[in-house]
Amino acid sequence: MVNLEALIQVNRYEWEIPLSYRPDMRVPVRIFATRSLLEEIKDDKSLEQAVNAATLPGLVSPVVVMPDVHQGYGFPIGGVAATRLPDGVISPGAIGYDINCGVRLLASQIEYESVKDLLSNLADSLNRLCPSGVGKKGHIKLKINELDKVCLDGSRWALSHGYASEQDVRRTEEGGRLDGADPSKVSKRAKERGLQQLGTLGAGNHFIEVDVIDQIFNTQAAQIMGLVPGNLAVMIHCGSRGFGHQICTDYVREFQAAVKRYSIELPDRELVCAPLSSPEGKNYLGAMRCAANFAFSNRQLLAHFARQAFEEALAGKIPNWHLYQVYDIAHNMGKIETHQVEGKPVEVCVHRKGATRAFGPGFQGLPSEYRALGQPVLVPGSMGTASWVLIGTSESMMRSFGSTCHGAGRTMSRKKAKKTVWGEDLRKELQARGIHIRAGSMAGLAEEAPQAYKDVDAVVETVYKAGIADKVARLRPVAVIKG
Amino acid sequence: MHPQSSSGFREIAHTADWELEVWAPDLITLLSQAARGMYQLTGMELSSKPRVSRLITLQKKDPETMLIDFLNELLYLVDSENLAFDHFDLQFKNDQLNGQVDGAKIASIQKEIKAATYHNLIINQTGQGFITKIVFDV
Repeated sequence: MVNLEALIQVNRYEWEIPLSYRPDMRVPVRIFATRSLLEEIKDDKSLEQAVNAATLPGLVSPVVVMPDVHQGYGFPIGGVAATRLPDGVISPGAIGYDINCGVRLLASQIEYESVKDLLSNLADSLNRLCPSGVGKKGHIKLKINELDKVCLDGSRWALSHGYASEQDVRRTEEGGRLDGADPSKVSKRAKERGLQQLGTLGAGNHFIEVDVIDQIFNTQAAQIMGLVPGNLAVMIHCGSRGFGHQICTDYVREFQAAVKRYSIELPDRELVCAPLSSPEGKNYLGAMRCAANFAFSNRQLLAHFARQAFEEALAGKIPNWHLYQVYDIAHNMGKIETHQVEGKPVEVCVHRKGATRAFGPGFQGLPSEYRALGQPVLVPGSMGTASWVLIGTSESMMRSFGSTCHGAGRTMSRKKAKKTVWGEDLRKELQARGIHIRAGSMAGLAEEAPQAYKDVDAVVETVYKAGIADKVARLRPVAVIKG
Repeated sequence: MHPQSSSGFREIAHTADWELEVWAPDLITLLSQAARGMYQLTGMELSSKPRVSRLITLQKKDPETMLIDFLNELLYLVDSENLAFDHFDLQFKNDQLNGQVDGAKIASIQKEIKAATYHNLIINQTGQGFITKIVFDV
């Protein structure tokens, strides 16, 4: 474990593990955190994993760590690493098994006060219409050739099949579709797993949440996004399901041989990688993009089902029950981007694992209505606590490869959470606070208890004060659906 | 090693994922104990019948790779066929690990494992056999 005394404090919100800390580091590690947040991770392996990540070949300085960082299984959750094209590496473990795990936010003109007595019914409708839970199959059963189209078209597949609007697709990162997806690089067994999982939430820390817009910090941005204080919003958190998990499993396995082929030495086998220009690297990139597009389509379908649930529960009882897309972001992803490095534009592969793209104002890839603001960033808190809407900044482009935090970050092990929290008690406690819970597993609910996570307000305050995101709105939950 | 039994498993605290310590007198038993531990982490229960069998064939590689390949093979069968296994008849033969696993459809499962990972994975040989720690992505 890295002793905090080894860190150099740059300012109140920024720290560095210098290159001199360990001889195999290729770049330093930059950490966005307060002293208090660092104290929470001093006994886990987050920073050691960040140092390990700093040994990857072809890195552009630095490896970045976000304030919601926690220990992962190789690359830290809450980490960003950029490798230079063409011969820098791509590492599946630095993107994660849940490729394009991400968040979607939908806003509404529904006033909480006018529907609070209907929330229990709404939670029931969401729970019934949005497939969730371990092993739960979706409403849509694909054949292989149709799955290939999902891989290629992402959200556009959902649009062409009537599950999306143009606004939905336009207000999704990358327009809901990464170029360069190659279904021929996806294994047969990954496809088998994906055939019946499109439009499913999964389990674990994935959820659908109904929120109330609680506080506005940027009136102009909130107005453009359609965030009205006291109105409902819906947040959807999930990824590429078993399809993506299998793709990462396949390529972590394949890259065990690749590192030997390319004479790459690593401190952790889960960091295995291959040069971006190699056949292995290109194959993984093609497959990863398939999983990313599957996940964009997955969240699109869940948004469609959520709209159906709102209609079922609220139509005829209020004048306008519709949900409007605010944005959809990825927080486990590898993207080819251009960043300024020592004053020059450099093409890099940015690995974000538990970190969100946060491009600043002027980025042409944003919908026109958001271009002057910066990219919306969606930061879910833990159950029962706040979630946040932020926007990217020019500063993030300079200091964190256009990245910011992704959530609250865990502090307590699942084992301890199960021992100290009783799922049914937690459900009742949240219910008493006006938060309707529908969960497939009480044990799973206990593992996701709020006390197992960092203070999301402290995480957001850190990225805000560090300048790598700006606040737009704070949301509070009133219903949570978990698998 | 754990004096209470020559083979077994126990959960170790891990911040975001699950970690299992597994021990056994030989590698084949280590694989089956790891599988049992993994299933237990998910809170899985098997249907009583009908019983189902699957043949397993994996290329023989270093022990750590074999372990991860085996566990991820089982996770694939959980997700693709809703199957899990409680009896393992495996052997190393020539350059392969092969054999038969027996089990049934999953009656209920509480939690999902995305993958068994190579993170810090070392199978250590002791005087009583083998011991290792496996981190699972949840």
